[in-house]
Amino acid sequence: MSYDLAIIGAGPAGMAAAIEAVAHGLRVVVLDEGGGPGGQIFRAVEQAAGDPALGADYAVGRALVGAFRAAGVEYRPLATLWHLDPDAGLLSVLAEGRTSTLAARRVLLATGAQERPVPIPGWTLPGVLTAGAGQILLKTAGVVPQGPTVLAGQGPLLRLVAAQLARAGAPPALILETTPPGRRRAALRHLPGAWAGRGLVGQGLGLLLETRGLPRRQGVRELRAEGEGRLQRVVWDGGSIAAATLLLHEGVIPATHISRALGLDHAWDAAQQCWRPVTDAFGASSHAQVALAGDATGIGGWEAAMAAGHLAGLDAAYRLGRLDSAGLAYRAGPWLAARRRALVLRPLLDALYAPPAAVLAPADAVIACRCEEVTAGQVRQAARLGATGPNQLKAYLRCGMGPCQGRLCAPTVAALIAEVRGVPVELVGAYRPRAPYKPLTVAQLAGL
Amino acid sequence: MFALRPERPATIEVAVEGQPLRVPEGASAAVALLLAGIGRTTALSGAPRAPYCLMGVCFECLAEIDGVANQQACMVPARPGMRIRAQRGARRAGPA
Repeated sequence: MSYDLAIIGAGPAGMAAAIEAVAHGLRVVVLDEGGGPGGQIFRAVEQAAGDPALGADYAVGRALVGAFRAAGVEYRPLATLWHLDPDAGLLSVLAEGRTSTLAARRVLLATGAQERPVPIPGWTLPGVLTAGAGQILLKTAGVVPQGPTVLAGQGPLLRLVAAQLARAGAPPALILETTPPGRRRAALRHLPGAWAGRGLVGQGLGLLLETRGLPRRQGVRELRAEGEGRLQRVVWDGGSIAAATLLLHEGVIPATHISRALGLDHAWDAAQQCWRPVTDAFGASSHAQVALAGDATGIGGWEAAMAAGHLAGLDAAYRLGRLDSAGLAYRAGPWLAARRRALVLRPLLDALYAPPAAVLAPADAVIACRCEEVTAGQVRQAARLGATGPNQLKAYLRCGMGPCQGRLCAPTVAALIAEVRGVPVELVGAYRPRAPYKPLTVAQLAGL
Repeated sequence: MFALRPERPATIEVAVEGQPLRVPEGASAAVALLLAGIGRTTALSGAPRAPYCLMGVCFECLAEIDGVANQQACMVPARPGMRIRAQRGARRAGPA
Protein backbone atom coordinates (compact mmCIF):
# COMPACT_ATOMS: atom_id res chain seq x y z
CA MET A 1 0.00 0.00 0.00
CA SER A 2 1.27 3.44 -0.88
CA TYR A 3 0.75 6.78 0.88
CA ASP A 4 1.89 10.37 0.60
CA LEU A 5 2.51 10.67 4.32
CA ALA A 6 2.94 8.02 7.01
CA ILE A 7 2.61 9.34 10.56
CA ILE A 8 3.97 7.33 13.48
CA GLY A 9 1.98 8.04 16.64
CA ALA A 10 -1.54 9.34 17.27
CA GLY A 11 -0.96 11.80 20.08
CA PRO A 12 -1.72 15.53 19.67
CA ALA A 13 1.12 16.03 17.15
CA GLY A 14 0.32 13.00 15.01
CA MET A 15 -3.44 13.66 15.03
CA ALA A 16 -3.03 17.34 14.14
CA ALA A 17 -0.56 16.57 11.36
CA ALA A 18 -2.94 13.99 9.90
CA ILE A 19 -5.91 16.38 10.00
CA GLU A 20 -3.86 19.09 8.28
CA ALA A 21 -2.34 16.81 5.64
CA VAL A 22 -5.67 15.23 4.70
CA ALA A 23 -7.22 18.69 4.39
CA HIS A 24 -4.64 19.41 1.68
CA GLY A 25 -5.42 16.26 -0.24
CA LEU A 26 -2.59 14.01 0.93
CA ARG A 27 -3.16 10.29 1.32
CA VAL A 28 -2.28 9.70 4.97
CA VAL A 29 -1.84 6.64 7.16
CA VAL A 30 -1.35 6.88 10.92
CA LEU A 31 0.36 3.97 12.66
CA ASP A 32 -0.27 3.89 16.39
CA GLU A 33 1.15 1.48 18.94
CA GLY A 34 -1.75 2.40 21.21
CA GLY A 35 -5.26 1.00 21.04
CA GLY A 36 -6.96 4.32 20.24
CA PRO A 37 -6.06 7.90 19.33
CA GLY A 38 -4.90 10.33 22.02
CA GLY A 39 -1.28 9.48 22.71
CA GLN A 40 -0.27 9.35 26.36
CA ILE A 41 -1.78 12.71 27.35
CA PHE A 42 -5.25 11.88 26.03
CA ARG A 43 -4.94 8.14 26.33
CA ALA A 44 -8.34 6.39 26.30
CA VAL A 45 -10.08 9.79 26.29
CA GLU A 46 -12.92 8.40 24.16
CA GLN A 47 -13.74 5.93 26.96
CA ALA A 48 -12.72 7.87 30.07
CA ALA A 49 -13.43 11.58 29.42
CA GLY A 50 -16.47 11.37 31.69
CA ASP A 51 -14.48 10.14 34.69
CA PRO A 52 -14.52 13.11 37.11
CA ALA A 53 -11.22 11.93 38.61
CA LEU A 54 -9.36 12.79 35.41
CA GLY A 55 -10.59 16.37 35.17
CA ALA A 56 -11.47 18.95 32.55
CA ASP A 57 -7.90 19.36 31.24
CA TYR A 58 -8.04 15.72 30.14
CA ALA A 59 -11.55 15.86 28.71
CA VAL A 60 -10.52 18.64 26.28
CA GLY A 61 -8.72 15.94 24.32
CA ARG A 62 -12.07 14.60 23.14
CA ALA A 63 -12.40 17.46 20.64
CA LEU A 64 -9.06 16.75 18.96
CA VAL A 65 -9.69 13.00 18.89
CA GLY A 66 -13.15 13.64 17.44
CA ALA A 67 -11.73 15.85 14.68
CA PHE A 68 -9.12 13.19 13.94
CA ARG A 69 -11.75 10.44 13.71
CA ALA A 70 -13.81 12.60 11.34
CA ALA A 71 -10.93 13.64 9.09
CA GLY A 72 -10.82 10.63 6.77
CA VAL A 73 -7.41 9.43 7.84
CA GLU A 74 -6.50 5.78 7.54
CA TYR A 75 -5.87 4.99 11.19
CA ARG A 76 -4.20 1.76 12.28
CA PRO A 77 -4.19 1.19 16.03
CA LEU A 78 -2.09 -1.52 17.73
CA ALA A 79 0.42 -1.23 14.88
CA THR A 80 4.12 -1.18 15.71
CA LEU A 81 6.70 0.24 13.32
CA TRP A 82 9.72 -2.06 13.61
CA HIS A 83 11.78 -0.92 10.64
CA LEU A 84 11.90 2.16 8.45
CA ASP A 85 13.95 2.68 5.30
CA PRO A 86 13.50 6.41 4.69
CA ASP A 87 15.49 6.42 1.44
CA ALA A 88 13.22 3.81 -0.14
CA GLY A 89 10.17 5.12 1.73
CA LEU A 90 9.38 1.65 3.12
CA LEU A 91 7.88 0.96 6.54
CA SER A 92 7.72 -2.47 8.17
CA VAL A 93 4.80 -2.80 10.54
CA LEU A 94 3.76 -5.46 13.05
CA ALA A 95 0.03 -5.68 13.74
CA GLU A 96 -2.23 -8.54 14.83
CA GLY A 97 0.82 -10.79 14.99
CA ARG A 98 1.70 -10.26 11.31
CA THR A 99 4.20 -8.04 9.55
CA SER A 100 3.48 -6.01 6.45
CA THR A 101 5.20 -3.35 4.39
CA LEU A 102 3.89 0.09 3.48
CA ALA A 103 5.32 2.69 1.14
CA ALA A 104 5.20 6.41 1.86
CA ARG A 105 6.72 9.43 0.16
CA ARG A 106 7.26 11.14 3.49
CA VAL A 107 7.35 9.98 7.13
CA LEU A 108 6.48 11.99 10.24
CA LEU A 109 7.69 10.67 13.59
CA ALA A 110 5.27 11.84 16.27
CA THR A 111 6.43 9.33 18.84
CA GLY A 112 6.15 11.59 21.86
CA ALA A 113 7.97 11.33 25.12
CA GLN A 114 8.86 8.85 27.82
CA GLU A 115 9.37 9.38 31.50
CA ARG A 116 12.95 10.04 32.55
CA PRO A 117 14.34 7.02 34.42
CA VAL A 118 14.44 7.54 38.19
CA PRO A 119 17.20 5.15 39.29
CA ILE A 120 17.02 5.04 43.09
CA PRO A 121 17.94 2.10 45.36
CA GLY A 122 15.15 -0.46 45.10
CA TRP A 123 13.46 0.98 42.01
CA THR A 124 13.26 -2.48 40.44
CA LEU A 125 11.01 -3.80 43.24
CA PRO A 126 7.44 -4.75 42.30
CA GLY A 127 5.26 -1.95 43.62
CA VAL A 128 7.52 0.79 42.23
CA LEU A 129 6.10 2.35 39.05
CA THR A 130 6.28 5.67 37.30
CA ALA A 131 3.73 8.38 38.04
CA GLY A 132 2.76 8.15 34.38
CA ALA A 133 1.99 4.45 34.89
CA GLY A 134 -0.29 5.37 37.79
CA GLN A 135 -2.12 7.75 35.49
CA ILE A 136 -2.35 5.17 32.68
CA LEU A 137 -4.00 2.74 35.13
CA LEU A 138 -6.58 5.39 35.91
CA LYS A 139 -7.19 6.44 32.29
CA THR A 140 -7.33 3.02 30.65
CA ALA A 141 -9.04 0.95 33.34
CA GLY A 142 -10.12 3.18 36.22
CA VAL A 143 -7.67 1.27 38.41
CA VAL A 144 -6.11 2.85 41.52
CA PRO A 145 -3.36 1.70 43.89
CA GLN A 146 -4.62 -0.03 47.03
CA GLY A 147 -2.76 0.40 50.29
CA PRO A 148 -0.48 3.32 51.17
CA THR A 149 0.76 5.10 48.04
CA VAL A 150 3.76 7.44 47.94
CA LEU A 151 4.35 9.86 45.06
CA ALA A 152 7.97 10.97 44.78
CA GLY A 153 9.94 13.30 42.54
CA GLN A 154 8.92 16.56 40.94
CA GLY A 155 7.27 18.24 38.00
CA PRO A 156 3.75 19.18 36.92
CA LEU A 157 2.67 15.55 36.45
CA LEU A 158 3.41 14.66 40.08
CA ARG A 159 0.80 17.03 41.51
CA LEU A 160 -1.64 16.21 38.71
CA VAL A 161 -1.49 12.49 39.52
CA ALA A 162 -1.81 13.30 43.23
CA ALA A 163 -4.97 15.30 42.53
CA GLN A 164 -6.40 12.62 40.22
CA LEU A 165 -5.77 9.83 42.74
CA ALA A 166 -7.39 11.90 45.49
CA ARG A 167 -10.46 12.54 43.30
CA ALA A 168 -10.60 8.81 42.54
CA GLY A 169 -10.81 8.05 46.26
CA ALA A 170 -7.22 6.83 46.58
CA PRO A 171 -5.24 9.87 47.81
CA PRO A 172 -1.48 9.36 48.22
CA ALA A 173 -0.37 8.78 51.82
CA LEU A 174 2.59 11.08 51.19
CA ILE A 175 4.10 13.25 48.45
CA LEU A 176 7.90 13.46 48.54
CA GLU A 177 9.12 16.41 46.48
CA THR A 178 12.76 16.33 45.41
CA THR A 179 13.05 19.93 44.19
CA PRO A 180 16.09 21.31 46.08
CA PRO A 181 15.59 24.31 48.37
CA GLY A 182 16.41 27.57 46.63
CA ARG A 183 15.35 26.26 43.20
CA ARG A 184 12.15 28.28 43.31
CA ARG A 185 14.07 31.52 43.64
CA ALA A 186 16.37 30.57 40.76
CA ALA A 187 13.36 29.78 38.59
CA LEU A 188 11.69 33.10 39.36
CA ARG A 189 13.96 34.95 36.95
CA HIS A 190 11.92 33.31 34.19
CA LEU A 191 8.70 34.72 35.62
CA PRO A 192 8.47 37.87 33.47
CA GLY A 193 8.26 35.73 30.33
CA ALA A 194 5.54 33.66 31.95
CA TRP A 195 2.85 36.37 31.92
CA ALA A 196 1.72 35.29 28.47
CA GLY A 197 1.33 31.81 29.90
CA ARG A 198 -0.83 32.86 32.82
CA GLY A 199 -3.57 30.45 31.78
CA LEU A 200 -1.18 27.54 32.26
CA VAL A 201 0.10 29.11 35.48
CA GLY A 202 -3.50 29.22 36.64
CA GLN A 203 -3.90 25.50 35.91
CA GLY A 204 -0.70 24.76 37.85
CA LEU A 205 -1.70 26.89 40.81
CA GLY A 206 -5.11 25.23 40.82
CA LEU A 207 -3.41 21.84 41.17
CA LEU A 208 -1.13 23.14 43.92
CA LEU A 209 -4.17 24.44 45.81
CA GLU A 210 -6.12 21.23 45.28
CA THR A 211 -3.28 19.08 46.63
CA ARG A 212 -2.06 21.39 49.41
CA GLY A 213 -3.91 19.43 52.08
CA LEU A 214 -2.15 16.15 51.20
CA PRO A 215 0.78 15.08 53.44
CA ARG A 216 3.96 16.32 51.83
CA ARG A 217 7.72 16.69 52.41
CA GLN A 218 9.84 19.11 50.41
CA GLY A 219 13.53 19.09 49.52
CA VAL A 220 13.65 15.30 49.91
CA ARG A 221 17.04 13.64 49.33
CA GLU A 222 18.43 10.09 49.30
CA LEU A 223 15.14 8.53 48.35
CA ARG A 224 15.05 4.72 48.34
CA ALA A 225 12.57 1.88 48.02
CA GLU A 226 12.91 -1.07 50.38
CA GLY A 227 11.24 -4.45 50.81
CA GLU A 228 11.63 -8.21 50.55
CA GLY A 229 10.46 -9.32 47.13
CA ARG A 230 8.25 -6.23 46.75
CA LEU A 231 8.01 -2.66 47.99
CA GLN A 232 7.28 -2.36 51.70
CA ARG A 233 8.82 0.97 52.73
CA VAL A 234 9.91 4.25 51.20
CA VAL A 235 12.89 5.79 52.99
CA TRP A 236 14.52 9.20 52.65
CA ASP A 237 17.04 11.34 54.48
CA GLY A 238 15.03 12.12 57.62
CA GLY A 239 12.16 9.66 57.52
CA SER A 240 10.43 6.54 56.27
CA ILE A 241 6.89 5.34 55.59
CA ALA A 242 5.23 1.98 54.97
CA ALA A 243 4.09 1.83 51.33
CA ALA A 244 2.47 -0.63 48.92
CA THR A 245 2.99 1.55 45.85
CA LEU A 246 5.66 4.13 44.98
CA LEU A 247 5.06 6.29 41.92
CA LEU A 248 8.24 8.04 40.71
CA HIS A 249 8.52 11.05 38.42
CA GLU A 250 11.40 13.32 37.41
CA GLY A 251 9.97 14.76 34.23
CA VAL A 252 9.76 13.47 30.68
CA ILE A 253 12.24 13.32 27.79
CA PRO A 254 11.79 12.86 24.03
CA ALA A 255 11.46 9.27 22.81
CA THR A 256 14.42 9.17 20.42
CA HIS A 257 14.64 5.44 19.77
CA ILE A 258 13.58 5.58 16.11
CA SER A 259 15.21 8.93 15.32
CA ARG A 260 18.49 7.56 16.70
CA ALA A 261 18.13 4.31 14.79
CA LEU A 262 17.70 6.34 11.60
CA GLY A 263 20.91 8.24 12.38
CA LEU A 264 19.19 11.63 12.35
CA ASP A 265 21.11 14.61 13.76
CA HIS A 266 20.44 15.23 17.46
CA ALA A 267 21.47 18.12 19.71
CA TRP A 268 21.91 18.21 23.47
CA ASP A 269 19.35 20.32 25.30
CA ALA A 270 21.06 21.55 28.46
CA ALA A 271 17.90 23.08 29.93
CA GLN A 272 15.93 19.84 29.66
CA GLN A 273 18.96 17.56 30.17
CA CYS A 274 18.12 15.42 27.15
CA TRP A 275 18.85 14.85 23.48
CA ARG A 276 16.45 16.23 20.93
CA PRO A 277 16.41 15.57 17.17
CA VAL A 278 17.47 18.62 15.18
CA THR A 279 14.54 20.06 13.22
CA ASP A 280 13.57 23.28 11.51
CA ALA A 281 10.48 25.28 12.50
CA PHE A 282 8.28 22.88 10.51
CA GLY A 283 9.78 19.72 11.98
CA ALA A 284 11.96 18.77 8.98
CA SER A 285 14.89 16.61 10.15
CA SER A 286 18.38 16.04 8.79
CA HIS A 287 16.88 13.41 6.43
CA ALA A 288 15.00 14.89 3.47
CA GLN A 289 12.03 12.49 3.74
CA VAL A 290 11.67 12.41 7.53
CA ALA A 291 10.07 15.00 9.82
CA LEU A 292 9.29 15.03 13.53
CA ALA A 293 6.67 16.83 15.59
CA GLY A 294 5.59 17.17 19.20
CA ASP A 295 7.38 16.08 22.33
CA ALA A 296 9.57 13.75 20.24
CA THR A 297 11.51 16.92 19.34
CA GLY A 298 11.70 18.36 22.87
CA ILE A 299 9.24 18.59 25.73
CA GLY A 300 6.64 21.29 25.19
CA GLY A 301 3.29 19.80 26.19
CA TRP A 302 0.22 18.95 24.14
CA GLU A 303 -0.70 22.42 22.87
CA ALA A 304 2.80 22.97 21.47
CA ALA A 305 2.67 19.45 20.03
CA MET A 306 -0.66 20.09 18.32
CA ALA A 307 0.70 23.28 16.74
CA ALA A 308 3.84 21.43 15.64
CA GLY A 309 1.66 18.73 14.09
CA HIS A 310 -0.24 21.28 12.02
CA LEU A 311 3.06 22.82 10.91
CA ALA A 312 4.47 19.43 9.89
CA GLY A 313 1.25 18.62 8.03
CA LEU A 314 1.43 21.92 6.14
CA ASP A 315 5.10 21.33 5.34
CA ALA A 316 4.29 17.86 3.96
CA ALA A 317 1.61 19.40 1.74
CA TYR A 318 4.10 22.03 0.55
CA ARG A 319 6.88 19.54 -0.17
CA LEU A 320 4.50 17.21 -2.02
CA GLY A 321 3.20 20.01 -4.23
CA ARG A 322 -0.24 20.58 -2.66
CA LEU A 323 0.57 24.03 -1.26
CA ASP A 324 2.72 26.87 -2.62
CA SER A 325 5.20 28.83 -0.51
CA ALA A 326 2.82 31.77 -0.04
CA GLY A 327 0.06 29.43 1.12
CA LEU A 328 2.46 27.71 3.48
CA ALA A 329 3.55 31.01 5.04
CA TYR A 330 -0.05 32.23 5.37
CA ARG A 331 -1.34 29.06 6.99
CA ALA A 332 1.70 28.49 9.18
CA GLY A 333 1.55 31.91 10.87
CA PRO A 334 -1.19 31.16 13.41
CA TRP A 335 0.35 27.80 14.36
CA LEU A 336 3.81 29.30 14.82
CA ALA A 337 2.23 31.88 17.14
CA ALA A 338 0.23 29.20 18.97
CA ARG A 339 3.36 27.19 19.58
CA ARG A 340 5.22 30.24 20.92
CA ARG A 341 2.36 30.89 23.35
CA ALA A 342 2.30 27.26 24.44
CA LEU A 343 6.02 27.29 25.18
CA VAL A 344 6.30 30.49 27.24
CA LEU A 345 6.22 28.64 30.57
CA ARG A 346 8.76 26.05 29.53
CA PRO A 347 11.93 27.91 30.65
CA LEU A 348 10.41 28.40 34.10
CA LEU A 349 9.37 24.74 34.38
CA ASP A 350 12.76 23.51 33.08
CA ALA A 351 14.60 25.63 35.65
CA LEU A 352 12.28 24.77 38.52
CA TYR A 353 12.18 21.01 37.94
CA ALA A 354 15.68 20.26 36.62
CA PRO A 355 16.53 16.67 37.63
CA PRO A 356 18.84 16.34 40.67
CA ALA A 357 22.40 15.10 40.03
CA ALA A 358 21.69 11.89 42.00
CA VAL A 359 18.88 11.00 39.57
CA LEU A 360 21.07 11.56 36.50
CA ALA A 361 24.12 9.66 37.87
CA PRO A 362 23.06 7.47 40.81
CA ALA A 363 25.22 5.89 43.53
CA ASP A 364 27.27 2.76 42.75
CA ALA A 365 24.88 0.21 44.26
CA VAL A 366 21.86 1.37 42.23
CA ILE A 367 20.74 -0.63 39.16
CA ALA A 368 21.33 1.57 36.08
CA CYS A 369 20.29 -0.96 33.39
CA ARG A 370 17.25 -2.88 34.57
CA CYS A 371 17.22 -5.38 31.67
CA GLU A 372 20.77 -6.61 32.10
CA GLU A 373 20.83 -5.92 35.86
CA VAL A 374 23.92 -3.70 35.70
CA THR A 375 24.70 -1.30 38.55
CA ALA A 376 25.94 2.27 38.30
CA GLY A 377 29.17 1.08 39.93
CA GLN A 378 29.75 -1.46 37.15
CA VAL A 379 29.19 1.24 34.53
CA ARG A 380 31.68 3.53 36.28
CA GLN A 381 34.22 0.67 36.45
CA ALA A 382 33.81 -0.07 32.73
CA ALA A 383 34.28 3.63 31.96
CA ARG A 384 37.50 3.60 33.99
CA LEU A 385 38.63 0.55 32.00
CA GLY A 386 38.14 2.43 28.74
CA ALA A 387 34.48 2.38 27.66
CA THR A 388 34.36 5.86 26.15
CA GLY A 389 30.63 5.99 25.40
CA PRO A 390 27.33 4.06 25.57
CA ASN A 391 28.00 2.06 22.40
CA GLN A 392 31.40 0.87 23.63
CA LEU A 393 29.79 0.00 26.96
CA LYS A 394 27.61 -2.61 25.24
CA ALA A 395 30.70 -4.77 24.69
CA TYR A 396 31.63 -4.50 28.37
CA LEU A 397 28.30 -4.96 30.14
CA ARG A 398 25.50 -5.51 27.57
CA CYS A 399 23.77 -2.32 28.75
CA GLY A 400 21.39 -1.32 25.98
CA MET A 401 21.24 -4.86 24.56
CA GLY A 402 18.40 -6.23 26.70
CA PRO A 403 14.71 -6.22 25.78
CA CYS A 404 14.25 -2.44 26.13
CA GLN A 405 17.20 -1.84 23.78
CA GLY A 406 18.49 1.01 25.94
CA ARG A 407 15.30 3.06 26.02
CA LEU A 408 15.39 3.26 29.80
CA CYS A 409 19.09 3.21 30.72
CA ALA A 410 20.40 5.54 27.98
CA PRO A 411 20.37 8.80 30.00
CA THR A 412 21.86 7.14 33.10
CA VAL A 413 24.62 5.28 31.28
CA ALA A 414 25.71 8.41 29.40
CA ALA A 415 25.76 10.53 32.56
CA LEU A 416 27.83 7.93 34.44
CA ILE A 417 30.44 7.65 31.66
CA ALA A 418 30.62 11.44 31.38
CA GLU A 419 31.17 11.71 35.13
CA VAL A 420 34.07 9.22 35.10
CA ARG A 421 35.65 10.79 32.01
CA GLY A 422 35.17 14.29 33.39
CA VAL A 423 33.57 15.55 30.18
CA PRO A 424 30.14 17.04 29.41
CA VAL A 425 27.51 14.34 28.84
CA GLU A 426 26.90 15.45 25.25
CA LEU A 427 30.46 14.45 24.37
CA VAL A 428 30.10 10.76 25.27
CA GLY A 429 27.46 10.10 22.60
CA ALA A 430 24.27 8.05 22.68
CA TYR A 431 23.17 4.51 21.89
CA ARG A 432 22.68 3.75 18.21
CA PRO A 433 19.67 1.41 18.29
CA ARG A 434 18.99 -0.96 15.39
CA ALA A 435 15.89 -2.42 13.82
CA PRO A 436 13.76 -4.19 14.80
CA TYR A 437 12.72 -1.24 16.98
CA LYS A 438 10.52 -3.65 18.94
CA PRO A 439 11.19 -7.39 19.14
CA LEU A 440 9.39 -9.70 16.74
CA THR A 441 9.51 -13.46 16.33
CA VAL A 442 11.25 -15.32 13.53
CA ALA A 443 7.82 -16.64 12.47
CA GLN A 444 6.52 -13.06 12.17
CA LEU A 445 9.58 -12.11 10.15
CA ALA A 446 9.22 -15.20 7.93
CA GLY A 447 5.60 -14.27 7.22
CA LEU A 448 6.64 -11.01 5.58
CA MET B 1 -1.71 -3.93 45.02
CA PHE B 2 -4.36 -2.33 42.89
CA ALA B 3 -8.12 -2.06 42.89
CA LEU B 4 -10.96 -1.43 40.47
CA ARG B 5 -13.37 1.50 40.84
CA PRO B 6 -17.13 1.18 40.26
CA GLU B 7 -16.93 3.83 37.51
CA ARG B 8 -15.39 1.24 35.18
CA PRO B 9 -17.23 -2.10 35.39
CA ALA B 10 -15.10 -5.18 34.89
CA THR B 11 -16.72 -6.86 31.92
CA ILE B 12 -13.89 -8.84 30.32
CA GLU B 13 -12.90 -12.17 31.79
CA VAL B 14 -9.30 -13.27 31.29
CA ALA B 15 -7.24 -16.01 32.93
CA VAL B 16 -4.15 -14.91 34.85
CA GLU B 17 -1.98 -17.92 35.71
CA GLY B 18 -5.07 -20.04 35.12
CA GLN B 19 -7.26 -18.09 37.56
CA PRO B 20 -10.27 -16.20 36.19
CA LEU B 21 -10.13 -12.41 36.58
CA ARG B 22 -12.49 -9.71 35.38
CA VAL B 23 -11.01 -6.46 34.06
CA PRO B 24 -12.60 -3.33 32.55
CA GLU B 25 -12.69 -2.74 28.80
CA GLY B 26 -9.50 -0.87 27.86
CA ALA B 27 -7.33 -2.63 30.43
CA SER B 28 -4.11 -4.13 29.08
CA ALA B 29 -2.79 -7.58 29.94
CA ALA B 30 -0.30 -5.78 32.21
CA VAL B 31 -3.14 -4.19 34.15
CA ALA B 32 -4.57 -7.68 34.61
CA LEU B 33 -1.22 -8.85 36.01
CA LEU B 34 -1.13 -5.89 38.43
CA LEU B 35 -4.72 -6.51 39.56
CA ALA B 36 -3.88 -10.18 40.12
CA GLY B 37 -0.73 -9.21 42.01
CA ILE B 38 1.38 -11.43 39.74
CA GLY B 39 4.94 -10.43 38.83
CA ARG B 40 7.64 -11.94 36.64
CA THR B 41 11.23 -12.95 37.34
CA THR B 42 14.26 -11.80 35.37
CA ALA B 43 16.14 -14.00 32.91
CA LEU B 44 19.51 -13.28 34.53
CA SER B 45 19.20 -13.42 38.32
CA GLY B 46 15.59 -14.48 38.79
CA ALA B 47 14.84 -11.24 40.64
CA PRO B 48 11.16 -10.32 41.03
CA ARG B 49 9.86 -7.60 38.71
CA ALA B 50 6.49 -6.11 37.81
CA PRO B 51 5.22 -3.54 35.30
CA TYR B 52 6.99 -0.19 35.73
CA CYS B 53 6.14 2.26 32.92
CA LEU B 54 2.96 0.78 31.33
CA MET B 55 3.72 2.68 28.11
CA GLY B 56 5.89 0.31 26.13
CA VAL B 57 9.30 1.59 27.21
CA CYS B 58 10.69 -0.59 30.01
CA PHE B 59 9.76 -4.20 29.06
CA GLU B 60 9.24 -5.05 32.74
CA CYS B 61 5.73 -6.38 32.00
CA LEU B 62 6.93 -9.25 29.80
CA ALA B 63 4.34 -12.03 29.80
CA GLU B 64 3.22 -15.15 28.00
CA ILE B 65 -0.05 -14.23 26.32
CA ASP B 66 -2.15 -16.93 24.66
CA GLY B 67 0.93 -19.12 24.52
CA VAL B 68 3.28 -16.55 22.97
CA ALA B 69 6.18 -15.71 25.30
CA ASN B 70 7.95 -12.38 25.88
CA GLN B 71 5.01 -10.11 25.00
CA GLN B 72 4.95 -6.52 26.23
CA ALA B 73 1.78 -7.01 28.26
CA CYS B 74 1.16 -3.27 28.59
CA MET B 75 0.73 -2.99 24.80
CA VAL B 76 -1.79 -5.84 24.50
CA PRO B 77 -5.44 -5.05 25.30
CA ALA B 78 -7.16 -7.67 27.42
CA ARG B 79 -9.67 -9.68 25.39
CA PRO B 80 -12.27 -12.20 26.56
CA GLY B 81 -10.69 -15.56 27.25
CA MET B 82 -7.12 -14.27 27.00
CA ARG B 83 -4.61 -16.46 28.85
CA ILE B 84 -1.93 -14.41 30.59
CA ARG B 85 1.09 -15.73 32.45
CA ALA B 86 3.96 -13.68 33.80
CA GLN B 87 7.28 -14.36 32.04
CA ARG B 88 9.38 -16.34 34.51
CA GLY B 89 13.05 -16.26 33.61
CA ALA B 90 14.15 -16.54 29.99
CA ARG B 91 11.74 -17.55 27.26
CA ARG B 92 12.05 -21.18 26.20
CA ALA B 93 12.29 -21.44 22.42
CA GLY B 94 10.07 -23.97 20.76
CA PRO B 95 7.40 -24.44 18.13
CA ALA B 96 4.66 -21.84 18.36
